[in-house]
Amino acid sequence: MSDLVIQIRNLTRAYPMGAETVHALRGVSLEIRRNEYVAIMGPSGSGKSTLMNLIGCLDTPTAGEYWLNGQEVSRMSDDALARVRNREIGFVFQTFNLLPRASALQNVELPLVYGGVSARERRRRAQTALERVGLADRIGHRPNELSGGQRQRVAIARALANQPAILLADEPTGNLDSATSEEILRVFDDLHRQGQTVIMVTHEADIAAHAARIVVLRDGRIASDAPNPRLAAA
Amino acid sequence: MQIKDAIGEALETLRTQKLKSFFSLIGVLIGVTFLIAVVSIVQGMNVYMEDRFANKLVGLNTFQVRRMPNFSNATEAEWREWVRRPRINYAEAASIQERVKTPAIYSRWCSQNLNVTWSGKIARGVDIWTADAPIFRIKNLDLAGGRVFTPQEARAGMAVAVVGWDVSDKLFSGVEPVGKDVTIAGLPYRVVGRVAKQGTLFGISLDKFVVVPFDAPIHRAVCRLGFMDEFHVQAASPVEMQVALEETREVMRVQRRLRPQQPDNFALQTAEGALEGWNKISAILFTALPALVSISLVVGGIVIMNIMLMAVAERTREIGIRKALGAKRRDILAQFIVESATLSTVGAALGIATGIGLAFLVRATTPLPAAIAPWSVGLGVLLGVAVGMTFGVYPATRAARLDPIEALRQE
Repeated sequence: MSDLVIQIRNLTRAYPMGAETVHALRGVSLEIRRNEYVAIMGPSGSGKSTLMNLIGCLDTPTAGEYWLNGQEVSRMSDDALARVRNREIGFVFQTFNLLPRASALQNVELPLVYGGVSARERRRRAQTALERVGLADRIGHRPNELSGGQRQRVAIARALANQPAILLADEPTGNLDSATSEEILRVFDDLHRQGQTVIMVTHEADIAAHAARIVVLRDGRIASDAPNPRLAAA
Repeated sequence: MQIKDAIGEALETLRTQKLKSFFSLIGVLIGVTFLIAVVSIVQGMNVYMEDRFANKLVGLNTFQVRRMPNFSNATEAEWREWVRRPRINYAEAASIQERVKTPAIYSRWCSQNLNVTWSGKIARGVDIWTADAPIFRIKNLDLAGGRVFTPQEARAGMAVAVVGWDVSDKLFSGVEPVGKDVTIAGLPYRVVGRVAKQGTLFGISLDKFVVVPFDAPIHRAVCRLGFMDEFHVQAASPVEMQVALEETREVMRVQRRLRPQQPDNFALQTAEGALEGWNKISAILFTALPALVSISLVVGGIVIMNIMLMAVAERTREIGIRKALGAKRRDILAQFIVESATLSTVGAALGIATGIGLAFLVRATTPLPAAIAPWSVGLGVLLGVAVGMTFGVYPATRAARLDPIEALRQE
């Protein structure tokens, strides 16, 4: 089996906007290997959100190919995409996106519910995931009883629950102060060290600095794709 | 688990927004209340009519041979025909008793309102029945004291009387009436028994009567000589009663020399016949009920649909999160349909409680034995679930169709 987790060939995405057409992506090709740690950067309007939605299987491209973990996903139906999101992708959002009325454990169990995992197995896996992010003692708490950093850890645990092929984080520290940001980034670093493939979308250079490889988008095209100079220098 | 979650979500909505939820469930609540209450009241009415009305006034497995039907709303023309009919005479009664093969008991019967007096006290407008001895079994009269008159006393036309509860209560108030002599139409009668209290029917006392032998001296004040108001026939079972009724019809037609194409010029009154009017009313109620219940349920369903549309709008982001985590369309669809069904079922449950409460109120404050019909409770729950599911489909479909990217962007 190939070591490639993501294989994108000449991906384009255009939105009809009234009479005009907005070309968010104008032909992007990208390959990401297992256990890579990639930051996708770019100013707003560069197409990085569109690329993230496509990588995350929330959206389908206008043209081009996208192979995720050996499956061609660019032409899949809604329900098939839902299954891929459930199995292969762990989302971490800027605003955490936890269900407010559910406990930490229930939030982490949610992707397992949709994956059809039995109740007992679900609980076991959710607990393991919460332990991995250091929240074993907070499983019964609701999001409003947790700090911002703790909430994001719950979200990371939820993303890990189904052992996905990629961890896809969208500005994961955007709503956190710098100390907490560091703490969350350390969690990502640890996960990467344990073998997790991590893709992080950000516009902040010092966040991207944690990644081993930085892809910069501009006007819907890849402007640069290089190893992190800081890590390369070290 | 997902179903449990959806039910929990619905109950949580109810808990946090009690008043709003109550108003939104009121349509379903009223519909189901109506169903339970009307069914239990109508069924109570049925029991009451059969038990008290038909069986008290006519008697169990009994029919009466009469000049004209009792308990009937007749047209002017029918009435004119009826009053020209001959009365039932002794010879006809005797030949019925002789020729009907089905085992049965018989009694001639007349009645008249007269005053009854004892030691200066007077009971006015008492129903004086002149009847044969089997009348006590036919009318199912239980004695509270003394005895009924014997066939010998009846045959001899002796001046003995069995008094109803109201009469013994009003004239004797505390004194044992058995053995005393009361005066009816100027003639003394020895009281030999008194009948246990029977209660009322539509507020009219069933206890204001005195039974005397058919051939007692009072007879000429009550009946025209040689005739009777009614001839009572009681069989052992409903089937035997039907057979006896047809036999009686034949005997009467032969007695009266009616040709085959001529209609009966007499009436055979059964308890069922007496219930005809009521059966019509209850049939109308049972026809109107589904319409009334459906109207409130449709209104209730539309309100619930509205609530669910609001819930979908408020929780768009949640739907986006669930979709991002792998919820398929049918997962979201099921979640909101279950939630809607739960809401509606809670409304139905409240309606069942209110309906049962109403039925008990009717039972406590009126003589109607309003009883809850288990099938109406079952139907109520079923309707609750069905209304919720039906009217949940549209909001749930909208939720399921949401684009996850748009939904996640929602604040």
